[in-house]
Amino acid sequence: MSRESDRRSGRPCRSISRRDFLKGTAAGIAGAAFPFGSTIVSVWESFFQKHFREMSQDEIRDVIERLQREYSEKFDTRIDINARKAIPGTLFGYGLDLSRCIGCRRCVYACVRENNQSRDPQVHWITVLRFKKGEKWVNDLEGAEKYYYPEKVPEEGFFYMPVQCQQCENPPCVKACPTQATWKEPDGIVVIDYNWCIGCRYCMAACPYGARRFNWGRPRIPKEELNTETHYLGNRPRYVGVVEKCTFCIQRTRAGRYPACVEICPVGARKFGNLLDPNSEIRYCIENKRVFRLKEDLNTLPKFYYFFAT
Amino acid sequence: MGHPGERRTWHLCAAALFLLLMPLFHPSEPSAEEDIPKFFVPPPPFSEGIFPCSQCHAGMEANPTRRELSYHTEIAKGFNHAADQRWCLDCHNPDDRDKLRLASGKLVSFEESYYLCGQCHGTIFRDWKAGVHGKRTGYWRGKKEYRLCVHCHNPHRPRFKPIKPLPPPMKPEDIKYRELSPEEIPRNPLNEILRSERVERK
Ligand code: HEC
Ligand code: HEC
Ligand code: HEC
Ligand code: HEC
Repeated sequence: MSRESDRRSGRPCRSISRRDFLKGTAAGIAGAAFPFGSTIVSVWESFFQKHFREMSQDEIRDVIERLQREYSEKFDTRIDINARKAIPGTLFGYGLDLSRCIGCRRCVYACVRENNQSRDPQVHWITVLRFKKGEKWVNDLEGAEKYYYPEKVPEEGFFYMPVQCQQCENPPCVKACPTQATWKEPDGIVVIDYNWCIGCRYCMAACPYGARRFNWGRPRIPKEELNTETHYLGNRPRYVGVVEKCTFCIQRTRAGRYPACVEICPVGARKFGNLLDPNSEIRYCIENKRVFRLKEDLNTLPKFYYFFAT
Repeated sequence: MGHPGERRTWHLCAAALFLLLMPLFHPSEPSAEEDIPKFFVPPPPFSEGIFPCSQCHAGMEANPTRRELSYHTEIAKGFNHAADQRWCLDCHNPDDRDKLRLASGKLVSFEESYYLCGQCHGTIFRDWKAGVHGKRTGYWRGKKEYRLCVHCHNPHRPRFKPIKPLPPPMKPEDIKYRELSPEEIPRNPLNEILRSERVERK
């Protein structure tokens, strides 16, 4: 399948002109604040009326049916896509206990398995960083070692810090997107519509955590390893030229389950729950442990909390 | 019900009823050992054939002396858990070996060994009950499965054992687009390592 038809499917036909339109304005948006005058906004609104969030249930169903047909041709197997909405009264939060993490990378590959990341070219949503104990760290994400590979972990004198999408309440990536292909859902998950993403990668430049990944080539997954239970905004197979990232396993967590990385962690370092529920384990962490967030000074307000339990 | 006075009486009745029933939902201050419902945990990770202990111990005299053992030799030799103050029968019940025994004399089953550990590791036990030490799987919004302390810590040598890590990510300069047949697409190394760990445990 050609690159274009790969990516276009599922989009309203107007998207071609939208894209051409954007070509002329993208630079202007990036440079200056977009003029949110009322008339302009209404023009844009009508222009974007078939955005995922504005589709009716019937329209969503039609899109999903078409995608399922395309996927089953492409992968020669049935892929189930749901578009389950946020559960009212939930705001998801995540906790990571750095005094437990041993840097074993089970989470990285459980995420790959659950979320259908490309095996080749390789895409990982989680990166585990290694720091020397006692050295300055935390906000020096770029300077950290991510290629460590000893015989056994943990290693004496080191600690480990997995980093993935921090699900910011104030996400700079969303603001950077010229097509509104990425947004924050009511349960706090920042999602991407892979059929709207034009691959400009502004969001990647805007993310202070390096959490977004780009499909430089056509993603490839062995057929027998496909996870066929998917969410439209989550782990459904992606296309070449689109951006992807952690969604707190939206396909699992909206069904009430724990994310895959929480379940695989052999040391129990990963915590997940509803920030609005005072009895959730994430609230317990926030109230009983000294939690911190990465690059707090940027005011991105991540819903991903790190702590040292002991 | 439209009349305001009527409604107030109804509210008062409801309040009285609530106060009456409340103790049912909030039983008196729970004791340390009973403040939690039974936790849903997978079965204890016994070695094959060792349980019930009574298959051998039923007719045996309990022997509290610290010594080299002719059976369970590895456990005794490797014992390293505050070892200078403790020995087997501080945790195992001398009379019925199929049970553990708390300091209070209360017996607990192996399915509830967390009570035993919780006696000395109170803060960790509290975190564990909240799902923060150790782990929960299943449903954040529903049925949760816990792990016993002994699923992660050998009670006789509790320090966590180092494990083999999975491979690091490829360096960006090594990621090249290449033609691959379906068989050549790399497989997820997780599946392989989980298989081998399962075999190792047996
Ligand atoms: C196959 C038989 C067998 C089984 C099954 C068995 N034991 Fe033993 N155990 C022995 C023997 C024999 C000794 C005495 C070794 C010695 O004195 O050198 C012993 C000794 C012990 C001791 C040392 C204290 C004492 O009374 O001598 C403890 C504690 C113990 N066993 C616990 C257990 C527990 C707990 C289980 C079940 C999980 C169990 N054993 C299952 C055979 C068995
Ligand atoms: C700190 C408390 C504690 C002490 C001290 C202790 N044990 Fe245990 N032991 C346990 C617990 C808890 C288990 C259950 C593990 C499980 O659920 O698999 C256990 C399990 C066992 C088993 C079954 C192991 C298996 O292979 O499945 C044997 C045998 C045993 N203990 C013997 C001993 C002997 C002998 C000693 C003294 C050298 C001893 N224990 C000291 C807590 C203790
Ligand atoms: C009677 C008190 C007591 C009981 C019961 C007890 N422990 Fe301990 N435990 C200690 C003490 C004291 C230490 C610290 C000394 C040491 O490391 O040997 C310790 C240390 C530990 C450590 C840290 C080991 C390390 O080297 O980092 C772990 C993990 C642990 N215990 C787990 C358990 C588990 C699991 C149980 C239940 C099967 C348990 N304990 C029951 C007293 C107890
Ligand atoms: C999911 C696995 C897991 C479970 C379940 C678990 N622990 Fe741990 N525990 C760890 C890890 C990992 C560490 C840190 C590594 C280490 O020091 O051995 C740890 C550390 C500890 C320590 C050492 C002190 C510290 O804070 O580092 C104690 C004591 C302990 N655990 C007790 C318990 C008790 C008691 C329970 C049950 C109520 C329990 N653990 C359940 C994984 C677990």
